[in-house]
Parts: sequence; structure tokens; C-alpha cells
Amino acid sequence: MQNYKAREYVGLEEIVGPIFFIRNIHNVGYNELVEIVDETGKSRLGVTLEVGKGYAVVEILEGTSGLSLNNSRVRFREQPLTLGVSEDVLGRIFDGKGNPLDGMPKPLCDKMLDVNGLAINPTARDYPKNIIETGISAIDVMNTLVRGQKLPIFSGSGLPHDLIATQIACQARVEGEGFCVVFAAMGVKYDTVRFFIKTFEDSGVLERVAMFLSLADSPSIERTMTPRLALTAAEYLAFTKNMHVLVIMTDMSNYCEALREVSTIRGEIPARKGYPGYLYSDLASLYERAGMIKNVKGSITQIPILTMPNDDITHPIPDLTGYITEGQIVLEREMYSRGIYPPIAGLPSLSRLMKDNVGKGFTREDHPALASQLFSCYARVKDIRALASIIGEEELAPLDLLYLKFGDEFERKFLSQGYHERRTLEEGLDLGWDVISILPKEELVRIKDEFIAEHYKKR
Amino acid sequence: MLSVVGKVYRVSGPVVEAEDVKSLRMLDMVEVGQEHLVGEVVRLKAERAYIQVYEDTTTLKAGDLIYTEGYPLYVELGPGLLGNFYDGIQRPLETIKEKDGFFIRRGVHIPALDRNKKWHFKPIVGKDAAVKGGQIIGEVFETALIIHKIMLFPELQGKISWIAPEGDYTLDEKIAVVENGQKYDVFMYQRWPVRKSRPTRNRLAINEPLITGQRVIDTLFPVGKGGCVAVPGGFGTGKTVIQHQLAKWSDAQIVIYVGCGERGNEMTDILLNFPKLIDPRTKRPLMERTIFIANTSNMPVAAREASIYTGITLAEYYRDMGYHVALMADSTSRWAEALRELSGRLEEMPLEEGFPAYLSSRLAEFYERAGNFKTLNGDSGSITVIASVSPPGGDFSEPVTSHTKRFIRCFWALDRDLANARHYPSISWIDSYSEYLEDIKGWWHSNISPNWLAFRYRIMELLQKEQRLLQVIKLVGPDVLPQRQRLVIEICSIFKNTFLQQSAFDDIDTFSSARKQFLLLTNILNFYDRCDELIKKGLNISEIKSTSAYQEIMRMRHKYSENNLEELEKLSRTIDESLKELEL
Repeated sequence: MQNYKAREYVGLEEIVGPIFFIRNIHNVGYNELVEIVDETGKSRLGVTLEVGKGYAVVEILEGTSGLSLNNSRVRFREQPLTLGVSEDVLGRIFDGKGNPLDGMPKPLCDKMLDVNGLAINPTARDYPKNIIETGISAIDVMNTLVRGQKLPIFSGSGLPHDLIATQIACQARVEGEGFCVVFAAMGVKYDTVRFFIKTFEDSGVLERVAMFLSLADSPSIERTMTPRLALTAAEYLAFTKNMHVLVIMTDMSNYCEALREVSTIRGEIPARKGYPGYLYSDLASLYERAGMIKNVKGSITQIPILTMPNDDITHPIPDLTGYITEGQIVLEREMYSRGIYPPIAGLPSLSRLMKDNVGKGFTREDHPALASQLFSCYARVKDIRALASIIGEEELAPLDLLYLKFGDEFERKFLSQGYHERRTLEEGLDLGWDVISILPKEELVRIKDEFIAEHYKKR
Repeated sequence: MLSVVGKVYRVSGPVVEAEDVKSLRMLDMVEVGQEHLVGEVVRLKAERAYIQVYEDTTTLKAGDLIYTEGYPLYVELGPGLLGNFYDGIQRPLETIKEKDGFFIRRGVHIPALDRNKKWHFKPIVGKDAAVKGGQIIGEVFETALIIHKIMLFPELQGKISWIAPEGDYTLDEKIAVVENGQKYDVFMYQRWPVRKSRPTRNRLAINEPLITGQRVIDTLFPVGKGGCVAVPGGFGTGKTVIQHQLAKWSDAQIVIYVGCGERGNEMTDILLNFPKLIDPRTKRPLMERTIFIANTSNMPVAAREASIYTGITLAEYYRDMGYHVALMADSTSRWAEALRELSGRLEEMPLEEGFPAYLSSRLAEFYERAGNFKTLNGDSGSITVIASVSPPGGDFSEPVTSHTKRFIRCFWALDRDLANARHYPSISWIDSYSEYLEDIKGWWHSNISPNWLAFRYRIMELLQKEQRLLQVIKLVGPDVLPQRQRLVIEICSIFKNTFLQQSAFDDIDTFSSARKQFLLLTNILNFYDRCDELIKKGLNISEIKSTSAYQEIMRMRHKYSENNLEELEKLSRTIDESLKELEL
């Protein structure tokens, strides 16, 4: 960071929110790093949002409180925002701008990388393969997570998304060598962060975790940078150091709020619900940094967590996320209030990469057919429940009653499991056969006869 | 020749404002700054020009120079397109990877077509022949499947004063000279501006279906060769799988797949799987007839806007050779969003949801480039456009879906509930429609069976009836319905399970020929008629479900491959006999 030509300007033209305008400058590039020193000598970092002949618009990551128009000094670094990366970031805790929070000095860095990253050439990508056994049947059997996938958790406030994310991070650790976690927190409360730190500590994985924390009380603008820092570190670990990196980002809704805030201050034309028109492209520039690359051993798997405002899945944030990510794990409030953990909704959840990574040659041969059958029977259960609420259970046909029984057992025995319970895929599949065998064989039209003969359990 | 035409005045994301501009025209292609980032002029005003840049503009400064060659944004058309992977402005991604590694850096300038490769050229016109624009003057074996026809530039005509003898040539070697007062060298490739459609002689009526091998499409909502389809659906409803299936199995001769602002891994999936796939008709690798354009969601937004035009221009080029081309665009909503983003940066007045006022006219222009045509050479060729639409929140009333509906004649609405129940393809039989039925019924009637349209309407009627009955059941339960109505529900459930649902990942099920589709449908309708008669005679519906005929019907889609369709035809007799036993 020392090698920059210091050109210093004094005086700003205008300050609005986290943004300032400066005039009479020259040779300043778009999206470059800016350093601002205020009256007290404290320096803050910013990035140019727009440059023109003799002027620039700069957004300051640390907020503008205490800045004055006349006595602020501005230095343009002539390079984009970079992050120093090395393997030493593991086991460390940073703030949302990449400065150490744990009282230790900055880690020695191997490379300085542009935090914006570069697009991976689609022809260089390798298709995600090798499932990650998370130990949660609702995920392993029904919505299998694959290395290199981006699979978000669509949650709501008050739902146990943090529990599920940590359960995955801790239980998946046994899979493969060189596993590590990069954790980015955007605008979450300290309690939540402490929960993550403590869980990682308790399960002994903390030295394999790099944390980037932008807490709820830090300036919202900082949040737009935090996931980029985290992903830059993850890219280095995965593609230079050949590690399998799991990136957990929480809460993407706060990230989007920060983006909207900046966009509004800049006076941009809003698209839906005041979010900027480029929200899709911007989210894609984060999510698309997951994946695998041909002839490189490492991988980046992303689990972004977002809380759907008002549990509304059609809200722009979950909606655009769902269009970019490879599926979604949706949490259901109604199930959680009935005491089912993990409350992973059966029907709206989906893993798009599952189809190419389960079944013969990958997991057990009956896996895809069983999962598909469970989905379709559970969809039928929902219909029957709706019917029962109108005409009463007594009026239902005997087959429908069997479906209701299947539905209950599916939720209570199969979906539900303990926070510390690690179920293997094999156990999960057997359990799936257990509950589906409540239904008569003729109902299992999506499963080939040979699998039924092998696994169907007589009751 | 590059010349300096101005200086950067302002940079805001992908939009650059230039000052001191001289001699720039609208839609001219320019190169910006030290790294020569590619851009296009989108607005001119006094000495200012607004440029949309197809690459990341980070570190671009005021005062950086702007260069131009004086051409509009163009694509290169010639042998070597097939099997290639391009980005939105036709840069070859494979070559970039070999040169630059796995990340895409900025300012890469690599010609779209390989200049070193030699192609075997065979002339088909002689010296002194009078030739006109679009005429085919020679042939090149581009792949084992496709003969690449070398055409004269559409605006050129005259007399051939020299033509190369049969032999191997690179693209830089001239293969003919045309004289019409002036001398013009002719090469095996030509350049064409992407935003201008290539000329044809006239339009033809649509009269042949595009057979896709997907039952719900071909039988219920078919599209004609030269037609336009929109496939709208919320996320996770299976748009991309349908597009992939069509790219694999449709009977177009050339397939152009535009991945516009979608996932990188989807393109990787194609890249890894397509080379392994064999065309069921020609037994050749599918790659030999396919061109891919990949501008994934994290690649620059302006190039995403251009990718659709790049795709359709390539399609027009192969159409001009007399081929039937299918263009898959996944997804046009991302393209519209790119328009919106660029329009916002240009500070234009927004309309609904921030989209610019010209959204509808841009969509119309694009869809009108599809159709069945008589080419300048006198052959017939077609472009079928299959465009997916990603409506926010799955709401079909949003601007992109509703405008698109005005310019297409076939609509495959993807249904969230079907997708949730893992009923794929999740094309809703209630909301979808096709206006091509009457256009293409002739083909079905002369090639498959004269009963086709009648059977199709019959099953649609049953599905409509079922819809009403299901609403009754929701209120009162199934037991109160009379047996004949319960049979309708049972038959529709059979139809959904054995016909409408189709697994893209099952070797037998992934493709059904037109004949197999018709046989499956006939067997189901026949089964319905027999059962209906039995029920009128007092039989209970539960007895039917326990027959072997029922089991046979339920399993027939997996059991009979394309090679034993005769047996599938005989199945209806077996079913008749097994049901007769119930009568006794």
C-alpha cells in the first residue's frame, strides 16, 4: 500500500450522505481508491463513483461524519481498492474494510488483489461436482449441495438461518482436505457475530475461518465492500492455494439496502421498490464468483443468507438472487413454529446442480427417483391438507388419510433433526424409504420397479 | 485504420461521455483509453458523444483518447463459426482462455474467425458468370453436418472475372474477383453490422413444425419453423432446461444458443455436455451444428445488450445459405435489464419499472428478424426464435413479458406449482397457447396421422374439464363425483404422468419422435374410451386401476424406445383385450 504517488488536494465541493464531490482535480480514474484525511488527521478510504473532466464523485466507506468542506485533504491512489491476501488470513477476524479486529497486526500478504475481481471465462469453468454431505437430510437427500455451487438460504427474521449455516459449516468439514470457511457479515448485530465465532470456536474450526465483519453500527456504505473483500480472499485461497472454500455471507438484504442507499443519494433512476436497475448485475458480480476452474483443485461454494422482507419471496432481493444462484433453501415460518428444525420448506427449495451429481456413479442409485417421489407425494399432502381443512379429515378417502400420515412422518422424522445430529446420506435415504413406504407401492410412479423391490419396506 | 476522434469527458459505469468529437456517426464502434476498450456510440450531441463500453471501465480517466475505425459494431461471418464459443461481441472465449488464463482481462482483441486455418473451397460458379448479391459462389465443408455456402456480399453484383480453383485457402486469401466497373476482391468471410438485418427476397408462410422431441410442446403447443416463442417463468421453473433440451433435440439444422446474462455454470454445463451428445437424426456430434454466445451475468452489461443482436445476425447468415436455424435466447429479460441500466446511465426518461420507452420497439425489431424467408439466392430458410423471459416475482404482467406477448405467437407459460411438484417440463396447459396449430397441421396430417389435430383438441378438452372438476373437489372432496367424472380426473392424471411429464435426464424419455408422441396419445385416448364404456356398464373405477392395462399405460413412456414403436402401436390391442376381461 506504500507504493503510490501521493497527489493531495485540499477542499471538497459538496458532501451528501456518504458521498462527496470534488473539483479542480485531474488524472483520476473511475472506480479508483481515494484516501481522505480530515481535520484531526484521521484518514478514511473511498472509491470514485464517477469521474469527469476536472471533477470526481467519491463514496467514503467509513462515512462522512466530521468531514469539512475546507479542511479535508484528498489523495488519489491511482489504483482500484485492493486487499492483501495470504494463507495467514485464516484464523483471523477483520472489519468490513479488511483491517484486523482481533488486536493482532495485519497478516503478511502474498499478493495485492483488486477486490472487484474479474469475470471467470465460462469456457475455463469446470462444472461443479462432488456433493458436500452436510449431514442434514433435507439438504443431502432433497436439495443436494455440490462443491462450487451457490445455494442461498432464503429466511425471515426470527428463523434459524444462522443455526443451519453453522451446522453446515461444522458438519461439512470432514469432507476432503484443505477445507476452510470465509465468513462475511454485513450489517448484522454483534450477538449474531458472536454466535458464529463461538460456534466455530466450540467445534474447533476457528483456525480455518477468515471473518470479515461489518457490524450493524458501522456505516452502511462499508457493507457494499465487505463481501468483495471476503470473496477476494476466498478466490485466492481456492484458486491459488487449492483449498475448498465455503463462503457464508449474511445478510444479503443489508447489502442490498446499502446499495439502494448509495444509489438514491447519487440520484439514479430506480427500478423496482427503489432498488437500482443494476441490482441484478451487482448481485451477479458477487454470486458468480463461486465455482470451480478446470485443472485447479480448489473450489468456492457460497451460502449467502438473506432475510426476505415480510417473508415475501417475490421481493426484488430474493427474486433476483434466485435468478442467479443455483437453487435456494427456503425456510418456512409455519413449520418452525410447529417446532420442526431445520424448517426447510419442502416444495420451494431446490438445488439445480443436484441432477448431475446424484444417482448412479455419484450417490446411491435410487437417490434421484426417491427425491423426486418424495417431492411429488409431499405436494399431494399439501393439497389434501387444504382439502381436509374444508371438508374435515373424516370425509377423506382412505388413501388420502395415508397421505396425511405420510406428510406428518415426513416432517417429524425425515425433515426434522437435531442441531448436533449428523445424518449420513445413506441414513437419510433409508429414512426416506421408511416414510414413503407408508404409501402403497402403486402410488410410487416415479420410482422404477427394481428400486421399489429393493428398498420398499413392508408395513 | 484507427484514428483519434475525441477524448473522454466523463465516466459513469459502462457509459462514457466524450468531448471534442469529430466525424463520429451513430452506432460507430470505438476503442476507448490506453487499453482500447471496445464501445459503441449511442448518442451524439454537439461535440459530445455518449459511448456504451463493452468492458469494465475501472481506471478510465477524463482526457483518455478515443479511437475509431469508422465501422459500426459488426460480426465476422464465415467458416469456423460452428462449434465456437463467443462472448456478446463475438470474441472467441476459448482462444482468450488459451492466451489469458481463466479470468477474462480487459482490452482483448482477437478476431472471431481463425485466420490461420485452411478451408477446402469448391467453386460452383465459373469465370465470367454474372452474379448478384447473396448468390452462392462456392462451398466449404465446415463440419461433417453442414456445408458452408460462400455467398456474395448482399449489396454486391457484377461479373466474376476470376475465381479460385478448388483447393485449401485461409480466410485472408481472396477466392474471387467481381467486376462491375470496379474490381472487388471476395473472401470466404464477410463483415455485417449486428443491428441491421440481412436482406432477403421475401417472407414465406410458416408450414412446418419445429419438432423438438418434447411431448407437451410438439403435441399441445407446437411452434412452426420460422415462428417466435416466449418461455416465461419465475426462477426454478425450468426455463434453462427447456432451452437446453431444444438446443439438443430440435430438428433445426443450425442452433444458435445465446446465454444472455445467465449463470456461468449453465454455459459450462453446455460446454462439457454438448461435445458428447449425438444428434439422433444424423448421428453426428451436436456441436457440429451449434454456435454458443455466452455473456454471463457477471460479464459487462453493455456486451449483454449486444449479444442478442450478435446471435440473430449469425442466425440470418446461416438462413441465407438456406438452412433452418433455431435461436435460443436465455434470457431476454436480462437483455431488457441491460437496456434499462444503460438507459439510466444516459439519464433518459424512464417508464414502467424504470424501463426505457423504446423497450417495446426494440423487442419488436428483434422478433421481426425471425421468420420463414426466401433468400437472395432463391432458397428457403427460416429462423425460429425461442426466447425465455424471467419475470420478476413470476408476475407475467410486468413490462418485458407483456410487451413480448405482443410480438410472439406461441407462449409456453411455466408454472410454479408444477415445478414445485417436480412436474417437468412445467409448461402450464391452462395458460400456454400456440397460434401455429392451423399453420402446421398439414405436416402432421400428411406425415403422422390425419387424426392429429382432432386428438389434440380432445385431450385439451379433457384437461379443461378436469380443471373445473378439481375446483369442485377442492370444495367437496372426490367421493361425491360420479364415476364418469372421476374417470376424467384419472385419465388426466395418467396423461400428466405419462405424457406431459418428460425427464430430460432419462435416456429414453429425453426425446420422443412425432410418431411416438402420437402413439402415446392414441393409447391414452383409446384407454379412456374403453374405460368410459365399461363405467357406463356399471364398473367401478378402482377395478380399472388394478388391471394390467393400467400398469402398461403408466409405464409405456419409459418402456418403448424409438426402435420398438411397432410394439407401442400394438399396445392398444393388448389393452382392449385386457379390459374385455373386466366385462365378463
